[in-house]
Amino acid sequence: MSITDFLTDLLNPDLAFLPKALAIAVMSSIVCGVVGCYVVLRGMAFIGDAVAHAVFPGVAVAFVLQGSLVLGGAVAGVATALLIAVFSQNRRVKEDSIIGVFLVGAFALGIVIISQAPGYAGSLQQFLFGSITGIPDRDLYVVGGAGLVILGLVLALHKEFVAVCLDREMSRAMGLSVFWLDIVLYVLVTLAVVISLQTIGNILVLALLITPAAAARLLTDRLGLMMLLAPLIGGASAVVGLYLSWSYDTPVGGTIVLVATVVFLAAWLFAPRHGLLTRRWGRPGVPGAGDDANSSPCPALSPTT
Amino acid sequence: MRALDVEGLDVDLGGRPVLRDIRLHLDRGELVGLLGPNGAGKTTLLRAILALTRTRGGTVTVEGKPVRPGRSEIGYVPQRHEFTWDFPISVDQAVMSGRTGRIGLLRRPGVADWRAVGDALDRVQLTGLRHRPVGELSGGQRQRVLVARALALAPRTLLLDEPFTGLDMPTQELLGDLFTSLAAEDRAVLMTTHDLVAAVDSCTRLVLLNGRIIADGRPVDLQDAEPWTKTFGVSHTSPLLKLVRAT
Repeated sequence: MSITDFLTDLLNPDLAFLPKALAIAVMSSIVCGVVGCYVVLRGMAFIGDAVAHAVFPGVAVAFVLQGSLVLGGAVAGVATALLIAVFSQNRRVKEDSIIGVFLVGAFALGIVIISQAPGYAGSLQQFLFGSITGIPDRDLYVVGGAGLVILGLVLALHKEFVAVCLDREMSRAMGLSVFWLDIVLYVLVTLAVVISLQTIGNILVLALLITPAAAARLLTDRLGLMMLLAPLIGGASAVVGLYLSWSYDTPVGGTIVLVATVVFLAAWLFAPRHGLLTRRWGRPGVPGAGDDANSSPCPALSPTT
Repeated sequence: MRALDVEGLDVDLGGRPVLRDIRLHLDRGELVGLLGPNGAGKTTLLRAILALTRTRGGTVTVEGKPVRPGRSEIGYVPQRHEFTWDFPISVDQAVMSGRTGRIGLLRRPGVADWRAVGDALDRVQLTGLRHRPVGELSGGQRQRVLVARALALAPRTLLLDEPFTGLDMPTQELLGDLFTSLAAEDRAVLMTTHDLVAAVDSCTRLVLLNGRIIADGRPVDLQDAEPWTKTFGVSHTSPLLKLVRAT
């Protein structure tokens, strides 16, 4: 399908769900891209995974009660994030084990709940792999509003989050409340995951959080630029992914994630300073050439020049 | 008024006594070395001074006032491995992160903050590298970033945890000179170290610690073997004694 056909379909009133899906996918990719930067830099990908699974029982309850899936997921996800934060204060069992316990426990609870609903097989697949149809108008506003709140909180607490990422001990000495900042960050990750569930699905949502931020990290050594690139990569992946999914009739969540993965692989190979191939080409016979910004093969793209 | 005053401090960790009856005073202008074997409680003492760990008894005052995290005139330089060096951040921003608590919630760094960061970078001679990502620095440069981050708050008292560990001799010497001159600029500097030679050489006073304070005096007054063997649990023929020129 050509781009023009895709645009025509987007504007076709009979296909009203398509622009809605596009809007939600792009909004959630942008929010996930920004929040994902903290997740990647703190090495808390596993927490993202846990939260993604933990929202499932909430979504299941909302489905059974015919309520808002976004709201149900948010409640369950935030509750689990708080449980993880509180339980991991006990150092006898390490945080990753606590996360493992709650991740699977919550997912199991979700499966039991949704099995009580008639005709659950189809809806289960929708939760797990995402869908672009059947998004209520209300969700557009919920996702947009939640996205703005999340980005606002990131902007407000950015310097505190950075301080805690850099050095927890020093942050405590400065009088920052590391525990509460952790909780706020967990809750932000949860909300970013929940608003992305609809289109991407429960299993794949982690990719939206991690992949664009990880690709952006490969491209730059500056945090500010990284937090601009990640949502850009995520948003672009959402647009291209939805287009490909519509053209070739592939599952939308999977296609978006595959596009983002291709971008990550490209960054891994061709990043200006840290890419595998750029590094190799950069140092034929000149030791350490790729390490120096001035002799980098693409000085214009090099972040320090 | 003393820059730092610790009186009768007791600290337990996990129900076990770690520090007992610690009495320690620092005046401005002093560079004091806190020496002791692994597990002697050196880092715990620094954390207790910073009010980062619960104490069982005793008092800690800085400039005559009890310590409150973020409010006291006290700078902290933790061990280098506490810092996330692969974080995508430049030297000057890393130093600015030391002022996060003082700048306060919902505020951005202002002119005064950038001036403080500039002064701190000048002081440790990192101004030329201010835009370099921290991950590309050498060990000695990293240590100086952490010192600058503490100095960005212009503290009167500075606590350094193992600043020499893992650094080569020339770098240690440069840092030792830096700490000496920081103390000479009317600051009280307390540093833990395993580098006995550097400590004996550059500190104005040494404190030997092993759960409690075993000795406290100028290096020339600590030439008796006994406090050293008691602190480190070594024999009277240990090469450690030759290192510190004690007999």
